[in-house]
Amino acid sequence: MIRIAQLSCGAEYSGIQKEIERAADTVGAKIVYPEVSLDDILNVENKFGVKVASGDLNLAMARAVRIVENPDLADAVIVMTCFRCAEAAIIRSEIRKFIHEHSKIPVLSYSFTERTTAETLLTRMEALVTTVKFRGLLAREKQKGLTAGIDSGSTTTKSVIMRDNEVIGTGWVPTNEVLKSAEDAFEAALKMAGVKKEEVQAVGVTGYGRFLVGKHINARLIQEEITVNSKGAVFLADAQKGAATVIDIGGMDNKAISVQDGIPGGFTMGGICAGASGRFLELTAKRLGVDITELGKLALKGDYRNVAMNSYCIVFGTQSLVNSLALGCKPEDVAMAACHSVAEQVYEQQLQEVEVKEPVIMVGGTALVEGLPRAMEELLQQKVRVPKYAQYIGAVGAALLVSGLLEG
Amino acid sequence: MAKVIVYPPTSMILSDLVERMGHKALVVSESVRKLATANDIQSPPLNVTPEEPKKGLRYAAVDVPSGVRGRMALIGPLIEEAEAAIVVEDPGWLTGCAGCNRTNELVRLLIRTKGVPLLDLAYPTDDAEARVFVQKIKTFLEGLK
Repeated sequence: MIRIAQLSCGAEYSGIQKEIERAADTVGAKIVYPEVSLDDILNVENKFGVKVASGDLNLAMARAVRIVENPDLADAVIVMTCFRCAEAAIIRSEIRKFIHEHSKIPVLSYSFTERTTAETLLTRMEALVTTVKFRGLLAREKQKGLTAGIDSGSTTTKSVIMRDNEVIGTGWVPTNEVLKSAEDAFEAALKMAGVKKEEVQAVGVTGYGRFLVGKHINARLIQEEITVNSKGAVFLADAQKGAATVIDIGGMDNKAISVQDGIPGGFTMGGICAGASGRFLELTAKRLGVDITELGKLALKGDYRNVAMNSYCIVFGTQSLVNSLALGCKPEDVAMAACHSVAEQVYEQQLQEVEVKEPVIMVGGTALVEGLPRAMEELLQQKVRVPKYAQYIGAVGAALLVSGLLEG
Repeated sequence: MAKVIVYPPTSMILSDLVERMGHKALVVSESVRKLATANDIQSPPLNVTPEEPKKGLRYAAVDVPSGVRGRMALIGPLIEEAEAAIVVEDPGWLTGCAGCNRTNELVRLLIRTKGVPLLDLAYPTDDAEARVFVQKIKTFLEGLK
């Protein structure tokens, strides 16, 4: 059983403790609370570097110190504090950094409300467990044999066929009916690869619809998208050794993953509003009367500084969009402002929660909207890599990982 | 007998002093006991469910963290019930703590603005101060009807 140490403030008083434990139980893990002495808490500043006014945060820091000094106490750590608490946000981030710098234990940090459910936590918890449980599988660097991957995403369903470390077929369809979309994408990939379904040795499935699709097609691997996407990203970007940062701005949510040797070390998943997702770019393209595939190229000709836009909320973002066009702003400036707004929100909300180390790899369909990686480069002041097949990252990761199961 | 709320609201020392003087101490442990011994345990260990942060909206707005509102769902009704109050400044964690300093601040504010007889005390740092501390509490409690 994987032991996840919970370092938190406010979870039991928010009424979500049961949900945390239920999510852990679902992925075969157990929540543990490392014991600390009163002296550990009273003297936490000596070892952690700070103490704060809230007792529960001092307790969380003392527990972090104990884990770092005794890494056998836990296999993974989840740091959770109340959403909208500034004191907790600072300490949550510092605890994550402290554990990251002083141990090899994977850490997940999350801010919750009373509405947080086990389902919200499930993918994150699953990823945390996977990085511990399947470390050997995640260390795999080459795809072998003939395998397929399906990424049943919230907006689109992608599939790839891989043979001996090469992508030989791809399929991409909008997600409508989950099973039908998966079958269609798979069929398209098979057709392009020129192979029959029966020839495929194993299929790996990821994405929101993974459980439904995986069960339906009898997949050998059903895996959450955090570990799978990060694996696919470093494989395609040829960055399997050393550190990397994976940014995946999806149709419904975003992921920022700090990777070391192909294995996620820390990650965040979320997005306060659709204003920071691919949906906003789709909406912008529609309003500008261009195809989504043309939005990025248009954006590269524009300057975001010429348009006042903040898409923190998709409704307000749309208002900004309409207002700026009514004021006579150029479409290319509006397109770049939309890209910048999405990138800025991901930068402000998620990239502060992970260690951003080069190379920075952007994946997912949104990475192909050229203005978005450009905006991210400006914000990070770092070169951003968009690998070939960036939109198929989950499917490639699944096909790669499932090939590891063929050997044993 | 008066209902006396103490700050910190988790302080067993203060609660004990109040009870010894024949009054009813209003402390969080009582609220937790009510929840945790209910027939229907939905959310162990405290049995605080997502409903508590909603009840806490009576004391703090929706943009206040859920953990503060959840704690206030337990402490707020005690403040409403209080007929007198004893507040100890800088009590240290050993005396009792809600775990969250935003909650501590809000609790002190609500107690002080309630308008009931109030005893404000500094936490004693030596034996002599402790004797004065207890004596002041005794005198205050004796003055309550």
